[in-house]
Amino acid sequence: MADVLIDQVEKTFYDKTKDTSFTVFKDIQAEIKSGEFVSLLGPSGCGKSTLLNIIAGLEEPTSGVVEVGGRRVTGPGPDRGVVFQESALMPWQTVLDNVMFGLKKKMNKEEAKERAEYFLKLVHLSKFIHSYPHELSGGMKQRVSIARTLALDPDILLMDEPFGALDEQTRSMLHKEVTYIWEETQKTVVFVTHNIRESILLSDRIVLMGTRPGRIVEVFDVPMERPRKTSSKEFGELEERIQQKLAKEIEKVMREELGDDYNSKKGALLYHTDRDMGNHI
Amino acid sequence: MLFFIILIAIWEIIYRFNLSYEFFSVTAFPSPINSVRELYLGFFETGILLEALGTSFQRLVVGFIIAMIVGSLLGLLLARSKLADETLGSLVIALQSIPSIVWLPIMLMLFGGGNVSIIIIVALGGTWVMTSNMRLGIKSVQPILIRAARTMGYKGAELVWRVMIPASVPSFLSGTRLAWAFGWRALMAAELIGTGGLGRTLMDARDFYNMDLVIAIMIIIAAIGIIMEFVIFDRLEKKVFSRWGLS
Repeated sequence: MADVLIDQVEKTFYDKTKDTSFTVFKDIQAEIKSGEFVSLLGPSGCGKSTLLNIIAGLEEPTSGVVEVGGRRVTGPGPDRGVVFQESALMPWQTVLDNVMFGLKKKMNKEEAKERAEYFLKLVHLSKFIHSYPHELSGGMKQRVSIARTLALDPDILLMDEPFGALDEQTRSMLHKEVTYIWEETQKTVVFVTHNIRESILLSDRIVLMGTRPGRIVEVFDVPMERPRKTSSKEFGELEERIQQKLAKEIEKVMREELGDDYNSKKGALLYHTDRDMGNHI
Repeated sequence: MLFFIILIAIWEIIYRFNLSYEFFSVTAFPSPINSVRELYLGFFETGILLEALGTSFQRLVVGFIIAMIVGSLLGLLLARSKLADETLGSLVIALQSIPSIVWLPIMLMLFGGGNVSIIIIVALGGTWVMTSNMRLGIKSVQPILIRAARTMGYKGAELVWRVMIPASVPSFLSGTRLAWAFGWRALMAAELIGTGGLGRTLMDARDFYNMDLVIAIMIIIAAIGIIMEFVIFDRLEKKVFSRWGLS
């Protein structure tokens, strides 16, 4: 089991043709204990997915170091498994073949098949092992993706807005299952989301990120007993606290994207007097 | 269906009128019924059409397979190597704009009017379109699939072989479809000038003022086109596209 240490990490993109650069975030400092469930929460553009990709080894930090289990991350590795927002299943393979895809590199075919079937059963997809991804619903695809990652037995599960594209009912089902799987396997989970409720529901700690420049605004502990209820008083209070912090960040993003047109205050709808609204007819 | 029957009936009526009134030269105006008879004769009695079809098809298939293999490999190379893309890639674009039949004079000088020249023309007709489709296919593989595979320990050649190539099967298929269509047209053009095959038979028929045979050959050409397009490629494409989640 491994700790994740994020030390003074910065990510900057350079545009060589225009000779400009854009800093996604800098001075990111965080530590994740083994077996912990941590959410990275923030508005779009704060670089939470980029940070996850750096931990996964899919992107390199511009400066700073990420260590997993005491070893510096230089690329993707079997100690870290990633579940992406879109399921990222290979469309030409059946569900079973998809789950076996990574396993086949480690073990022979029979073992891989057995293991894949076990994990597909864990996510309740035994009936669909011979289906192709296009025949499955979004929630089912995401289950396959989770099974595929779990089957490789990583120490750390990195989840990049895995339920972002799903409907509410499917999402809450999967929340229960992820909690169950996490409790059973005791894996370290880093979960990227922009959904406050989702992060409170699932995690031990919430790392709230801000934007322009991306940074860690505040870290919230979630000391509530599981299973958590969104209707409880504590839940509401924490949601409110995070909401207030996040609102400021979101307004900043909106201002940046929409310019001065944007005003979140009530009754500030803008219109031009010279715009033809048909009142001359 | 009815539409075609009426069309053929009108044609036959014009042919009959022409026999009595001679608007055009009688020998130059074919009849649909006689054309079908020629088709029957050519296949089952003299066998000239069967033989010509065999020759043409052989050339087409060989040329097409060459185009498929060379085009795919070249496309893969262009997609993977930036240096190759910048040098060979622009050459491919230049070559693509040359109708392959334009190569025939050189081929006639080098190899004569036989099989070799014509197969090369067919292959040239299909190779470039195959190349650009394969290149695009590999380049437009969803990055998330590659990233997912990388987190599962795939890299280098294995990544190309197990992810990029299977993921680009739909564009490979579109490439083969176009390569076949281009090859088929190139084949006919080359055979009109070269020796043997349906194209040559077409010219021979003209030389003997046998316009019915000309139409018979045109029917064969259309039939093969329709069978390949709508029966083989269409079905294959539908199957692959739905499996790959593209439709």
